[in-house]
Amino acid sequence: MAKVLMLGRLRDVAGWRERTLDHPPATLSALRALLTEEDPALGEALNGKGVQAAVNKAVSREDTAIGPNDEIAFLPPMSGG
Amino acid sequence: MTVRVQTEPFDAGVLLSAFSAGRKQSGGIVSFTGLAREATDSKAVASLELDAYPGFTEPAIAAMETEARERFDVHDLLIVHRYGPIAPGEAIVFVAAAAEHRRSAFEAADFLMDYLKTRAPFWKKETGPDGERWIEPRPSDYDDVNRWS
Repeated sequence: MAKVLMLGRLRDVAGWRERTLDHPPATLSALRALLTEEDPALGEALNGKGVQAAVNKAVSREDTAIGPNDEIAFLPPMSGG
Repeated sequence: MTVRVQTEPFDAGVLLSAFSAGRKQSGGIVSFTGLAREATDSKAVASLELDAYPGFTEPAIAAMETEARERFDVHDLLIVHRYGPIAPGEAIVFVAAAAEHRRSAFEAADFLMDYLKTRAPFWKKETGPDGERWIEPRPSDYDDVNRWS
């Protein structure tokens, strides 16, 4: 099962912090498209300026492949401490 | 060489005493403690929440620490950062630097704080009388970090 995480304000927009997908899409961009289709407001936030995605805790490009046991996190611009 | 990211409150005095204990090579230790303010830009802050991504946030801070060690002649560094809900007056961050001479210790602590304030993977939400708002670094924070580039 792939795990999807929303950090910071994305958590508030989505209304969830973590969910699992039994059959995740093949790539990060396909996952973004799926999440956007389900929730256009979240899609808009995910495509906002400075939002990065991490696969297995490494910031990754949109064409990165996603496996069934991967962890994908969406990271808004960092606030700093 | 230590980086700790934790939800538990900490006592900066206890951290400093432990960090200082037994040091004979170092001629000086500089420490900085960051506190949660009760107001930001004269708006009251009832509570502050820092979101972190465990497993991602620590390595990013450890990389900042490595850079500080490469840039400054320090014997040791300690970074402790809280996340989760933090009440006004509580400590959020503690940085300590030990060096043979004071200048390197001051500079390393200053550098680390500027980096932590802009580049550390935290997401900060303040709750006040007008509701909740997510905070991004201030322009002055970016000016501070750009001093080092």
